[in-house]
Amino acid sequence: MKLFVSDGNPHCVKVLAVLEFTGVKCDVKHVNHEERVVPYLSRPALPALLLPSGTHLFSPNSICQYLIELNGQESSDIVNQWLEWEATELQPAVMHALHMVVLQGKGAETPRVLQGPLSYLDQSLSQRTTLFLTAEMVSVADVVLWAALYPILSDSSLVSGNQTLQLWFERVGMLAACVSAAQTVLQGKGLKAESLKTYLQRQPTTHHGQGQVQGRGTQPCNSPEGDDDDDDCVLSEEEIQSAAVTWGKGLTDLPMVPERQHPILPQEGKRNVLVTSALPYVNNVPHLGNIIGCVLSADVFARYGRLRGWNVLYVCGTDEYGTATENKAREEGLTAQQICDKYHAVHASIYQWFQVDFDFFGRTTTKKQTEIAQNIFWRLHERGFLLEDIVEQLRCEACQRFLADRFVEGTCPFCSYPEARGDQCDKCGKLINAVELREPTCKVCSQTPVVQSSKHLFLDLPKLEAELEQWLERSTGSGDWTANAKQITRSWVRDGLKPRCITRDLKWGTPVPHPDFSDKVFYVWFDAPIGYLSITANYTDQWEKWWKNPQQVELYNFMAKDNVPFHSVVFPCSLLGAQDNYTLVNHLVATEYLNYEDTKFSKSRGVGVFGDMAKDTGIPSDVWRFYLLYLRPEGQDSAFSWVDMATKNNSELLNNLGNFINRAGMFVSKFFESCVPAMALQQEDKRLLAQVGWELKQYINLMDRVKIRDALKCILNISRHGNQYIQVNEPWKKIKGDETDRQRSGTVTGVSVNVACLLSVMLQPYMPTVSHTIRQQLNAPPSVTGTLLQGTGNFVCSLPAGHHIGTVSPLFQKLESEQIESLKKRFGGQQPKTTAQPDVNAQPATTPASDPAAQTAVNGADAERARELTLAVAEQAEKVRTLKGQKAEKTVIGAEVTKLLELKKQLSLAEGKDPEPVLTKGKKNAQPATTPASDPAAQTAVNGADAERARELTLAVAEQAEKVRTLKGQKAEKTVIGAEVTKLLELKKQLSLAEGKDPEPVLTKGKKNAQPATTPASDPAAQTAVNGADAERARELTLAVAEQGEKVRTLKGQKAEKTVIGAEVTKLLELKKQLSLAEGKNPEPVLTKGKKK
Amino acid sequence: MMALRELSSLEKSLGLKNPNKYCTQGDKKVPVLHSNNGPSLVGLVTIATHLVQEAKRPELLGGSAEHKALVQQWLEYRLTKVDGCHKDDIKTILKDLNSYLEDKVYLAGNQFTLADTLMYYGIHHIIVDLAIQEKEKHMNVTRWFDHVQHYTGVRHHLPPVVVLRNRVYTSGHH
Repeated sequence: MKLFVSDGNPHCVKVLAVLEFTGVKCDVKHVNHEERVVPYLSRPALPALLLPSGTHLFSPNSICQYLIELNGQESSDIVNQWLEWEATELQPAVMHALHMVVLQGKGAETPRVLQGPLSYLDQSLSQRTTLFLTAEMVSVADVVLWAALYPILSDSSLVSGNQTLQLWFERVGMLAACVSAAQTVLQGKGLKAESLKTYLQRQPTTHHGQGQVQGRGTQPCNSPEGDDDDDDCVLSEEEIQSAAVTWGKGLTDLPMVPERQHPILPQEGKRNVLVTSALPYVNNVPHLGNIIGCVLSADVFARYGRLRGWNVLYVCGTDEYGTATENKAREEGLTAQQICDKYHAVHASIYQWFQVDFDFFGRTTTKKQTEIAQNIFWRLHERGFLLEDIVEQLRCEACQRFLADRFVEGTCPFCSYPEARGDQCDKCGKLINAVELREPTCKVCSQTPVVQSSKHLFLDLPKLEAELEQWLERSTGSGDWTANAKQITRSWVRDGLKPRCITRDLKWGTPVPHPDFSDKVFYVWFDAPIGYLSITANYTDQWEKWWKNPQQVELYNFMAKDNVPFHSVVFPCSLLGAQDNYTLVNHLVATEYLNYEDTKFSKSRGVGVFGDMAKDTGIPSDVWRFYLLYLRPEGQDSAFSWVDMATKNNSELLNNLGNFINRAGMFVSKFFESCVPAMALQQEDKRLLAQVGWELKQYINLMDRVKIRDALKCILNISRHGNQYIQVNEPWKKIKGDETDRQRSGTVTGVSVNVACLLSVMLQPYMPTVSHTIRQQLNAPPSVTGTLLQGTGNFVCSLPAGHHIGTVSPLFQKLESEQIESLKKRFGGQQPKTTAQPDVNAQPATTPASDPAAQTAVNGADAERARELTLAVAEQAEKVRTLKGQKAEKTVIGAEVTKLLELKKQLSLAEGKDPEPVLTKGKKNAQPATTPASDPAAQTAVNGADAERARELTLAVAEQAEKVRTLKGQKAEKTVIGAEVTKLLELKKQLSLAEGKDPEPVLTKGKKNAQPATTPASDPAAQTAVNGADAERARELTLAVAEQGEKVRTLKGQKAEKTVIGAEVTKLLELKKQLSLAEGKNPEPVLTKGKKK
Repeated sequence: MMALRELSSLEKSLGLKNPNKYCTQGDKKVPVLHSNNGPSLVGLVTIATHLVQEAKRPELLGGSAEHKALVQQWLEYRLTKVDGCHKDDIKTILKDLNSYLEDKVYLAGNQFTLADTLMYYGIHHIIVDLAIQEKEKHMNVTRWFDHVQHYTGVRHHLPPVVVLRNRVYTSGHH
């Protein structure tokens, strides 16, 4: 048995103290912090204990428990509880505090971080009568907790108070084992130990505030500060004040973002950024994965760079040479050139629809391409970086040509995978020489090709390897290479480079100028990246100012990860070997893959959305951009899903972003005659400014490092803050108040509309049209873009008091679930159902019947009553909103929501409408137990025993029953069926009423069957057990109640729509009632509380 | 809230007849067990360990001292690393577990223990979201996971995750 410890690592104090305390015999080895002792962990973890069996323990607490166990002591519940608390609550707080004190010198802030756990411990100790935590004797819990607290508590200046805790700490600290462990690890110096500092510096930063890089979104799981959006404790008073100062600066005379003037050339003293996206291959229509992987990502970054005032040039084009084009030409009966012309236009129009703002979109089949490629070739040749070799190649006699790698398939020589491609095996990932394939077949005609030899040229990569590695180290060290790009490159270089063939026996390509190879063309991977240069050359004669100017130019390459080796190894070698001062890539940005509804895009199977179809969906280009960027496979694969797209559109764009911007604008135009009101900032407003300012800084920080998807979240966070701010301050109400209130309303409106203006700027790279529309609606001055995104970001007041805004109108439209379903079918091929089904269904179409204006068309039923009810509904709705704003108790809100729904229903009835729409949409499953037709007025209205109505209803019932049967036959989702069943029962009830019967029996019956899966008590078995106080059932219901409560809380936290929350609250009340029944209690109290008042 | 579901499932799989009363405390919703005899217990692992003892199934906490320590270690790992982990941590978790499980059937070796049950509950949401390709990449985790989800009485409140036994991820993107 061997214990590994490292100096200065506070976790090691624990294990050494316990080791000595128990007297267990064990070797102790001191190692470096960086030493990976535990073989199965990817990061070094110390201390570690090597067990006799050869397995390692890496958890300090488990090591301690083990040592104690060896000593013959069993651990008890209470010991376990303290150890668990130490690991989950105390430890994260202690580490956070140590970081602040030792590395940041912020000792003053430690009490804030540690107060919670320390006073908990202090209280627990005071409540005990024993000397130690668990008994009169020291236990492992005491030693572990003591050791955890040792660095902090040994410095009396850090934490004061907690007397009982202090006494206990001293008592434990007197143990010889503790003294010597502290001496060994921290030289008895506690916080001041130099080794502790060294240790902490090597720990990954885990708490925010340390390097903005991390940010709120990337907190570790066990951070003491809890949830992501719990930012109340993040902002310090200084930050809030400085946000207010920044705000006050207003728009300065900073230069506007200048109009682009072509040709764009590098400029002295500017940040010159050259952006490329991988050249899409011409012979296919790009799918969404291609679009997000290269052109769209690069576009967002290029747009952002222009807003930042960088001198950006973004070039791209179609990659047109190669066998695939030749083949396609044969298929379509055109020449290769015609095919390229045709598809180049297709590509260009797709990117135009997606608003990809290239400075130049060219192609590779140009004279410049030939010139530049041949020039690089000759330079490589002259410098001896090309080798000649005889190559055995596969030739298909039936097709009369040499087969390009992608036209051969066969069995992998390494792993025997039967469908290996000619260049690479998809299973084992090894590169393959096509002639090495076993049982090769021509993919065009399925014949077996023969091997023929011919002479070819090779780029001598091994000769360039050393230079490449040097350059790679510099570039990956200083630039923003994505992790996958670095990793793929590393594995290529690690495996050793081999000479790579650059010529091919083809017609459609850049001709090899060497007389010995006159019938050959360049292999596409030599040729295609040169396209970046030649496309730039077609844009400007001065292209060399970009491409032979590494001193002034920063080059960003965007691509999907399969393209990485060619951009990080092969192409740089060509350019390095040419020795012509070429600009090499500084930042290689590679995405992972985007899948389609958990499968791959496939043209042949008709699966997925392809660029040209996106516009036929009727969904605006900006929304496509938003969703693709929201999903951008940064760091890991992601999947496009229609349902998710609808959810994101409806929740993020419509309800969050659009809602906020629209409200802000509407308040200005409705309450202040389109003129931004005067603003007198209070603390609360400044706090919002600071929150927004923080998100803006995050956004810039992330965007600068091309974290495009993460930066988008900052935008959405800002509008979330904004919505909350409006909700709490209620400017629409205050405007009707006294002078102070009206002023307050003005301030809140003014601040909000300025946040909206900021959002328009931040949105520009993602949703250019929407961004433009917002700025038009707000009549924003052109200089906003320049100012707000300067430096690290300045949230200044850009629409000052007195500024006139334009006409405000909604920005987004709801995507209805029917629309989405039909799109899903249309583009789905034959897809199995996906597992994740976000609850789009739960979203009501619109808030039904909430608008009193829409209801004036009263149907003659009872106008007076309807008027009264309309008022009552409005009042009640206001009440609910207020309660939510005040964060009132759930049950209270729930009760009011139920009342509101009841009122709405009565209103519908009074207006002579069928109340169903409200019921089904707003509440669905919640039916009908809690809402019997309690309003007598409504009942009399129906109760006329009208024969005509009864006939109609009979028909309606029959129809509805048929619908339910059909749905069941189709195995539709339970909630859907449930809703229809509810409707059916309601119809039956109305029928009964219309026939003059007492509806009650139907109701009871209805209640049973109509309950969809989520509401228990649906099966008869469960019902028999109701009075029996069945424990099992009670257990389930308790859980269900707790879950449902959580759901309601979450919805409220998300500020979901009232009707949605209402429905869930009703469900919750129903569950509680059932629980009472199951526990044998009288449910009435719950019910009454839930409904009446 | 998940923690309470887990404990309820655990009670059932342990065959405990009388449900215990739970509530949660604090922002992190740490579960608390109220018991009639003795003080209440706080913390998922503490309570789960207690339930196992109550059910007289000590083997689920590990037979030897070594196994007991391993069980405790992975229970703690579940709480401190898996719970509430950020998406960037998921890769590391999967990678580490995968190499740990390389030569083991269960987390504590060849015996099924409480660590398997709770790790299964805790990691379920991660596994559910994995693409087939990722599942294949973390073969040992997937194999272990499949094992545990089919272990009698474990999978109570969670949907099964389909695990394919033969590799299907054969091609690249195009």
